[in-house]
Amino acid sequence: MAWRITLEALVNRPVPAAITAMAFIALSGYAVAHFPRSLLAFLLFQASILLLYFCRVTPWLKASLATLSLGLLMPIFGTINGYYLEVATQVGIFVALALGLNIVVGLAGLLDLGYVAFFAVGAYTWAIFGSPQANKFISEAVIKFPLGSEWFFVFLVGGVITGAVTGILLGLPVLRLRGDYLAIVTLGFGEVIRVLANNLDKPINFTNGPKGITPIQRPPLFFQPLLKALGIDLPATALYPLYLYFLVLLIVGVVILVNRRLENSHIGRAWEAVREDEVAAQAMGVPLVRMKLMAFACGASFAGVMGVVFSAKQVFINPESFTFLESIGVLAMVILGGMGSIPGAILGATAVTVLNLQVLKGLSLWLNELRNAGVTILGYNLADLPTQLEPAKYERMVFGAILVLMVILRPQGIIPSRRRTRELVEK
Amino acid sequence: MAVLLEARQVTKRFGGLTALNEVDLDLEEGRIVSIIGPNGAGKTTLFNVFTGMYAADGGEVTFRGKSLLGLTPDQITVLGVCRTFQNIRLFANMTSVENILVGMHSRVDLGLWHVLARGPKFHREETRLWYRAAEILDVVGLRAKANELARNLPYGDQRRLEVGRALASAPSLLLLDEPTAGMTQGEARDLMALLRRLVTEYGLTILLIEHNMRVVMEVSDRVTVLDYGEKIAEGKPAEVQKNARVIEAYLGRKKWGRAPEAEHA
Repeated sequence: MAWRITLEALVNRPVPAAITAMAFIALSGYAVAHFPRSLLAFLLFQASILLLYFCRVTPWLKASLATLSLGLLMPIFGTINGYYLEVATQVGIFVALALGLNIVVGLAGLLDLGYVAFFAVGAYTWAIFGSPQANKFISEAVIKFPLGSEWFFVFLVGGVITGAVTGILLGLPVLRLRGDYLAIVTLGFGEVIRVLANNLDKPINFTNGPKGITPIQRPPLFFQPLLKALGIDLPATALYPLYLYFLVLLIVGVVILVNRRLENSHIGRAWEAVREDEVAAQAMGVPLVRMKLMAFACGASFAGVMGVVFSAKQVFINPESFTFLESIGVLAMVILGGMGSIPGAILGATAVTVLNLQVLKGLSLWLNELRNAGVTILGYNLADLPTQLEPAKYERMVFGAILVLMVILRPQGIIPSRRRTRELVEK
Repeated sequence: MAVLLEARQVTKRFGGLTALNEVDLDLEEGRIVSIIGPNGAGKTTLFNVFTGMYAADGGEVTFRGKSLLGLTPDQITVLGVCRTFQNIRLFANMTSVENILVGMHSRVDLGLWHVLARGPKFHREETRLWYRAAEILDVVGLRAKANELARNLPYGDQRRLEVGRALASAPSLLLLDEPTAGMTQGEARDLMALLRRLVTEYGLTILLIEHNMRVVMEVSDRVTVLDYGEKIAEGKPAEVQKNARVIEAYLGRKKWGRAPEAEHA
């Protein structure tokens, strides 16, 4: 295909690639700034970051352009249209989740259908102690809850630890299981955690049951005095979204770094060996129990830390946020992006989140407008459409259709994992 | 020479079937010993008991005086016993060199913290691993195919990669389950030359399950014959070849009439 060849030629040569990437980012950035309500402009901006990933430019240029787009342009767009920042933050949360699940499913080959449970554990860890909730089972005379917002950072580490511990607790009983059996047990585990959250309001009220927990402490605005001194006097309501966005961005950065280091090490190779052939891996000296538990713990710790951020961001959580469908959603991100591939998991998470939050919502809004305007298509007046066929109801169907199409057309994922090749050198 | 592996009255039952019945085996250091026997004689079962994949129902197996029974396969590999599989079990979607690197897993001196911190120790160790992997690929003659996926290698190369992967765990005893199966006579001879080299140059001891009799007779120092889970003969290749019970096990008894091949011979 001609367009494809041109695109490849453009992306693979350093100078044209650099120019293309910069031009595309500038153009789409300009478009977003001028049409802050245009979904298309925002999608174009996201596409420009993807294009940057594929461009073969020098690493420092790539890094600085990425920093410019995500660290400067994105927050600016966020001040123009607050919803974009919300979307970006959610994308970040799901990227971390997808990367965590990618270790368990993509690298170690352990199909986990209850991954959101670890997210829930992290979220509840902060929600209980970062709100007055904890006083329902700890006397106020001992400690007065909520804990101060500076404790949030302690709980970020706490989220990693509780996530990892829960991962190991799940891992221990399912070590002997593989494939379908493992999937069923993890699915059950995910449900158990949700049901526990739903019912642990009696006899002792730990989770406040289906009513959920609120208000949860937000992270401290420790830098506000500094900003004031610099002459930037933004109210807390304007600061929090930006703050959370940067916090998520930072955590995602750390998660990617950890992921890459694990993958390119003897630990990552051992995980892949377990995925390929468990028996052979063990016979070659890979300690099966340790490696599996480590995979569960690593994957779960990413979800745990993001859970803490999630509860602080939402201020309110209840068990509804941690349903089986969420687990499936994260799994869909990993599979869509390409199992075992870090860029794949990132792209998959972004694509699915943007699709759900923006594209499909936009589509149903547009269809609704057509309906309300009474537009006639092929002699049929859309205003006569029964309420059962309301466009909002197609969202899930379209999403499902996209998944089915992707699995048929590109089963290895959008960016499949590539084998690293390396020149062997003589000693 | 010192006895490396000692098996005493090893017994393994699968329900009513006795796959191994009080098998004894002494393996001296620096030898190549073959185990032969008709299909279903219990050869692979014996390997599985030695490498911790099956729990024995009776008897004792010691390696350098240490009992192997009750250990997991990875613990046994750490002690210095590594194996290949009859039906090739490579990590199909990993490259040759990665397969070798996985084999070295138990010899990697790095913890989780080293991997995450990527300090000088990590880089030193990782460099050492890759050098060593290159050396091993050289030994098995797969250097040129280091970056090819294991599943894309031709059959003979896959067999050799399995031997290489086992070598990577730095074993002192190598258990090879039919390493020449499906190879041409020429490939088989090359592999045997390699095994000889491993014994003479690297001081390995090799226990071999093999059906290719020409290979067995050429390469082995000693041969053990199993039939229906029992050891029926043991000795130098030439002795075993003439043993009446061995001939019976393979060809049947003369009393029941001449074998069909014999009529045309």
